[in-house]
Amino acid sequence: MSTTVAPAVREETPFRRFVSEFAASKLALVGLVGFTIIALLAILAPWITPQNPYDLAQLDIMDGRLPPGSPSMAGYTYLLGTDDQGRDMFSGMLYGLRISLMVGVGSALFAAVVGSSLGLLAAYVGGRTDTIVMRIVDLQLSFPSILVALMILAALGKGVMNVVFALVMVEWAYYARTVRATAMVERRREYIEAAECLALPYRRIMFYHLLPNCLPPLIVIATQQVARAIALEATLSFLGLGVPITEPSLGLLIANGYQYMLSGKYWISFYPGIALLLTIVSINLVGDQLRDVLNPRLKR
Amino acid sequence: MLTWIVRRLFQAFFVVVAMTVIVFVGVHVIGNPVDILISPEADQAERARIIAEMGLDQPLWKQYFFFVNDVLHGNMGRSFVFNEPALKLIGSRMPATLELAVTAVLFSICFGVPLGLYAGLKPDSVAGRAIMAGSILGFSLPSFWVGLMLIMTFAVHLGVLPSTGRGETAAMFGIQWSFLTWDGLRHMFMPALNLSLFNISLVLRLTRAGVRETLPMDYIKFARAKGLTPRRVILVHVLKNIMIPVVTVVGLELGSTIAFAVVTESVFAWPGMGKLIIDSINVLDRPVIVAYLMMIVLLFITINLVVDIIYTILDPRVRLETKA
Repeated sequence: MSTTVAPAVREETPFRRFVSEFAASKLALVGLVGFTIIALLAILAPWITPQNPYDLAQLDIMDGRLPPGSPSMAGYTYLLGTDDQGRDMFSGMLYGLRISLMVGVGSALFAAVVGSSLGLLAAYVGGRTDTIVMRIVDLQLSFPSILVALMILAALGKGVMNVVFALVMVEWAYYARTVRATAMVERRREYIEAAECLALPYRRIMFYHLLPNCLPPLIVIATQQVARAIALEATLSFLGLGVPITEPSLGLLIANGYQYMLSGKYWISFYPGIALLLTIVSINLVGDQLRDVLNPRLKR
Repeated sequence: MLTWIVRRLFQAFFVVVAMTVIVFVGVHVIGNPVDILISPEADQAERARIIAEMGLDQPLWKQYFFFVNDVLHGNMGRSFVFNEPALKLIGSRMPATLELAVTAVLFSICFGVPLGLYAGLKPDSVAGRAIMAGSILGFSLPSFWVGLMLIMTFAVHLGVLPSTGRGETAAMFGIQWSFLTWDGLRHMFMPALNLSLFNISLVLRLTRAGVRETLPMDYIKFARAKGLTPRRVILVHVLKNIMIPVVTVVGLELGSTIAFAVVTESVFAWPGMGKLIIDSINVLDRPVIVAYLMMIVLLFITINLVVDIIYTILDPRVRLETKA
């Protein structure tokens, strides 16, 4: 794989080539930097925020619905105002971002494992397994994601784990379809034939030989699905079907501000929405560039 | 061909049956509507009477049997909350959702095609680039948040459009419609725009790609060489050819527009099916949930079936594939 053209200053490895190709787009770099900052803010939330928004002892109902920039009783400023509970919006947002990212990334990863395993199985085993798996995929993809999620949540009820489950159920089909399509091409290659001639166990061929070669499209889909999962989670939480009110994600924060919007108190809904938007856009920018770099059809 | 359609119909039927089981069992496994709907002060006899009245004391398979039997008779149970037949309740909310979804689809063509045409004809102009950048936002923006921002701008700050409800309605064919009155149209503008935002971006991109693909074609060059006005070349020769994929996609999107109306209706308090289902889920009004899910599943299966059959008739390649 590594092409040693000349003893240049730096050997060109596939990874380095990938990095330089990715960095060719300024917009994608902006997206990557933006997402890194957002992720760091979310991870470091307990150390950055002036207040723990889940600790009721730190909230003062007298500080409720203050506009951005108001001073708090405890001495700091509410940079982005407060919500109806007297919760600092900045702190609430960072904690909400944690939940949104956790649910989004977690469900996308879990769906990737389930979906790509089934896709690999369908492609490698073929026959009836293939037909059954792909029929289910077709069926599921013919319904809009929000409807599938709605059905599952109508049956299971609210809760973080139920939302994750619903998102996994919505997303696995995309992975299964993508991985199967790639694996169908790859499994006819000679290295698979060689591995089969060595009488390696099926599991080993599937996961050590076939899967690594199906990774590029999988990575692209995974990036897009993280963004989709975050948006869908926010929508479900906004509808009141998602995370519980005690641990608000961005969507629920926006929903909480809805009733105060008509009286002109815009900041409760506005800023969490901006955070949500920046997160989704930055992930999409990275995803678009990954798609261009990793798509073999666009190369050479 | 006929056997294919029959097989396809059979498949669709099987899916409907599977969905009734999934939906019914799923909804009945969780939560106990007895606890939610009967007041805590009710005595034991009253509880037992209500439970028997709702059929909740029967085993699950029996409840399912009754349910299927009722469905076949067009009776999907009574709403626990409204004490009205669930199907009738949904039917009464359906026109609101349908007119919203159809308006949204019309919006997506009215805004998407001209914008896409412009971006395709002048891809390097500032406006063309701005349109394309805007379409990325249309895909990325969470629609419920855009809805809130629309309310904030047009209803709260500018005060030009009403923020919630359907407004005044007028009757046509015995059904109340909002689009027949000026007040209703004013109420419909923001929700329809919000709902169509994703589709506008989609149509815009399709149109732009179509224009970029069609312009270098020989027949366009010929039409120009013939001395036709640019206006005629674009409106007749270019537009006609790109409308086929656009119309196909828009038709397919009608189903998901109806599904996504759930979000828009909740934001704008539009009294359609979507708002009804969200409210019903929140109070565990099971007959309404089940009836809604069944209806929408049926709707989607019908749309998919019709699209499949039309494709097979129109496109010989699909037909050959199914034979192979």
